[in-house]
Amino acid sequence: MIKIKELKKSFGKQQVLKGVNLEIASGELLAVIGMSGGGKSVLLKHLIGLLKPDSGEILINGRNIVSMNQEDLDEIRSMVGVLFQGGALFDSMTVYENVSFPLKEKTKMNREDIDVRALSALEDVGLSGMGHKYPAEISGGMRKRVGLARALISEPSVVLFDEPTTGLDPITLNSIHRLIKSTQKKHGFTGVIISHELPEIFDIADRVAVIHQGTIVQSGPSDEIRNSTDPLVQQFISGGQAGPIKTIS
Amino acid sequence: MNIAENIIRPIGAWGMDVVRSMGHMFIFLLRTIYYTFAPPFKFSLLLKQIRFIGSKSMVVILLTGAFAGMVLALQLFYTLRKFGSEALLSPAIALSLIRELGPVLAALMITGRAGSAIAAEIGIKRITEQIDALVSMALNPFRYLIVPNFVASLIVFPLLAAIFDVVGIFGGYIVAVKLLGLSSGTYFSQIDVFVTMTDIRIGLYKSVSFGMIVSWVCCYKGFYSGYGAEGVSKVTTQAVVLSSVLILIWDYFLGSILL
Repeated sequence: MIKIKELKKSFGKQQVLKGVNLEIASGELLAVIGMSGGGKSVLLKHLIGLLKPDSGEILINGRNIVSMNQEDLDEIRSMVGVLFQGGALFDSMTVYENVSFPLKEKTKMNREDIDVRALSALEDVGLSGMGHKYPAEISGGMRKRVGLARALISEPSVVLFDEPTTGLDPITLNSIHRLIKSTQKKHGFTGVIISHELPEIFDIADRVAVIHQGTIVQSGPSDEIRNSTDPLVQQFISGGQAGPIKTIS
Repeated sequence: MNIAENIIRPIGAWGMDVVRSMGHMFIFLLRTIYYTFAPPFKFSLLLKQIRFIGSKSMVVILLTGAFAGMVLALQLFYTLRKFGSEALLSPAIALSLIRELGPVLAALMITGRAGSAIAAEIGIKRITEQIDALVSMALNPFRYLIVPNFVASLIVFPLLAAIFDVVGIFGGYIVAVKLLGLSSGTYFSQIDVFVTMTDIRIGLYKSVSFGMIVSWVCCYKGFYSGYGAEGVSKVTTQAVVLSSVLILIWDYFLGSILL
């Protein structure tokens, strides 16, 4: 469903993506793992057209979004939900307004139907009765759950998660992971998760891709990556100091 | 050779940067104008911004307006008395305020009060990925963040400048009539004689154009904010400084054309 071909991107003299090739099948949950600064978030931003690559192609349902006009790109964006790193909730709106916002702005649904959908979405993420609160009044974990509810409310066929559990305690981290997995099973969307959470991510992802210095080093089923013999992948998973990845001495 | 290169290259690079930034800013303005006239319109956001820029700047406008009129009355009275022309005090105050000081000072005050807040708010939305969130929902951030501020400024700036003028004239009245003993009738009748619709129109044109400049600069700076708190604070300062400088430069050129 999503195919990335030879994607390259530089910022000034720094080449962040050096020819990324990746395929994500329909309905699968793919985790992209790798060192900080390895190009994970930059890759994710390309998938929604927030960044334009220097070269390469991104095919979503067979359509190359890189060369698309604004109208077609918006059509693709309408079928994609994004959970941003910090939630990216609109701070001037309440939790309820944040969740119902995509429906209010993008559909012609009436107020009652929006109410039903938004309240149900909040219930799905365990935030019933929190709709009146503002983002500043809730915890980081709750903000991520509101972001998830907002990302899913339009029932997108693709959902992108940018480090959905960074900065959370282990219990909240696991509950967010379980929530992502259960909603993915329920809605059947194709998911891409950028994550640092090892080994937890292996339990929820169908496949894992390891990105290092702007290229995909290895990708495959979670167990295959977990038991990879590639020294770089093994060093990253184990967090070892010795290996091909240079560490701070 | 090396010295020349070392001097010329940075100057050239700086020049290129300035031209690039100006082009970028101009394209931003054109996009803003385009989306101002392209539906769907976000009236509730417009009303919210009118309230934010307008009513919340009211206190500072009332205070500065009153004291600007009072200072003008005090200074002009002693100057005009040397020529025995105290009767011309009120037209001098009114014309100075309506044609020049009202639009300029009101614009500078709103820039400090609301312009900085607009730049900071949009900057924070940028660094917390709220703008990316809008884009990812296939919603145009210009419609939600830029156009409401732009249109609200075009409406609010002339209104606040008018309030500044009226309060300033009354401030001048208090000093001229109550403190310096000028006749109340003379004060108002002379304004009626000397101030024409052309003067009011000039003030109106100026404040509308200042509204455009301030909202354009502050929205642009916030929209392309750098990273972190430092990035937002930097663009907020830049927005206020650039807006204020452009107000004064544009005031001179517009004043020369409309004189």
